[in-house]
Amino acid sequence: MRPAALIDLKRVRELSGEIVQHDGLIRIGARVTMTTILGDAQIRRWFPALLEAAAVVGSIQIRNRATLVGNVCNASPAADTVPVLLVHGAVVNVAGRSADRQVPLSEFFVGPGRTVLQDGEFVTSLEVPIPSGSTGAAFGRLIRRRGVDLAIVNLCVLLEAGRPARFAFGAVAPTPIAGVDTTGTLDGTRDWTRAADEALRSILTATRPIDDVRGGRDYRAAMLPVLSKRAWQTARERLATASNGSAHD
Amino acid sequence: MTDHLRYQLRVNGKERDVSAPAHKTLLDVLRDELHLTGTKECCAEGECGACTVHVQGEAVCACLVLAAEMPGHEITTIEGLAAERGLDPLQSAFVECGAVQCGFCIPGMIMSARALLNGNPRPTRDEVQDALSGNLCRCGGYSRIVDAVLRAGTPS
Repeated sequence: MRPAALIDLKRVRELSGEIVQHDGLIRIGARVTMTTILGDAQIRRWFPALLEAAAVVGSIQIRNRATLVGNVCNASPAADTVPVLLVHGAVVNVAGRSADRQVPLSEFFVGPGRTVLQDGEFVTSLEVPIPSGSTGAAFGRLIRRRGVDLAIVNLCVLLEAGRPARFAFGAVAPTPIAGVDTTGTLDGTRDWTRAADEALRSILTATRPIDDVRGGRDYRAAMLPVLSKRAWQTARERLATASNGSAHD
Repeated sequence: MTDHLRYQLRVNGKERDVSAPAHKTLLDVLRDELHLTGTKECCAEGECGACTVHVQGEAVCACLVLAAEMPGHEITTIEGLAAERGLDPLQSAFVECGAVQCGFCIPGMIMSARALLNGNPRPTRDEVQDALSGNLCRCGGYSRIVDAVLRAGTPS
């Protein structure tokens, strides 16, 4: 191997290693590691489910080097942080040779390991809007062993006062996918009912689980509603006790 | 050799001159160029933790970073842990607890555990298990390894 140049992205000054708040959103620079995410007070306050997801990516050794932007750009269908970023409506800031652009994360993935990034483009940061009201969010994950495992299924549920419930799922389709409860049944204001089962089933029709070394298609399909309901219940408890306030307090 | 990069690495408190191809990992350079063979190569893809070293005090898999990324960073390997007058208390605890079987995973285990104890001198058993979850022992000697870390984290 004889590279003409070797670029260490972690030393490119224009790429931020910081998490900053401005104009009602949090911007997470390309050099921000999972370990930095785990120690950040702003993330803890507004996006606690992102902490839950970042905490299970790889091992401590990996999290000390791996970046959130890298987890996104790797475009694994099972990327743990992506469902959380999806329910929160994250946007990807892309720099290119001639122009910069913003891509909603929901339109960023094309397939396993593939994104909309073109030759000469790279991601400089992610932006996540700070919720305007109280929220309850929960990350869920099915794995075979505690620690250092890839998800058989992962997901995130976001409940926000006055808004429909938002779901996102990983490892059950060629890309992570998001869904919204348009019925209002799952908004967290009432207990789980038969109608809630129906509403969830409708959201889950977008999933396309396959058989692989970590789990079978049928097993994934059977576990999806179980994990979704559990995460929803956790999100609902968190919404009830939410004191994370708004972006403008 | 035009395809070699020349740079300096600060390893165990000493500046070392390195001349190596750009694709060499920190693990390759530590073992093959600097002859610090305490750091082990096993999976070479970040799964097993046998190559764990400290970079700026944080545990990192040496197989997953290019050595050429490392100038300006303080690197500590297992060889840098023992002080001149003897073993690190964590190393002594591994010996006292009989935590070493074949021994291949132990340098990585100790570097991960040392990073834990530096930030959390009195960890719980759960915290030790979490901190070592990126380190595999194929002898299956986890129980005594965790015992040893807990012993090192207990006031004598």
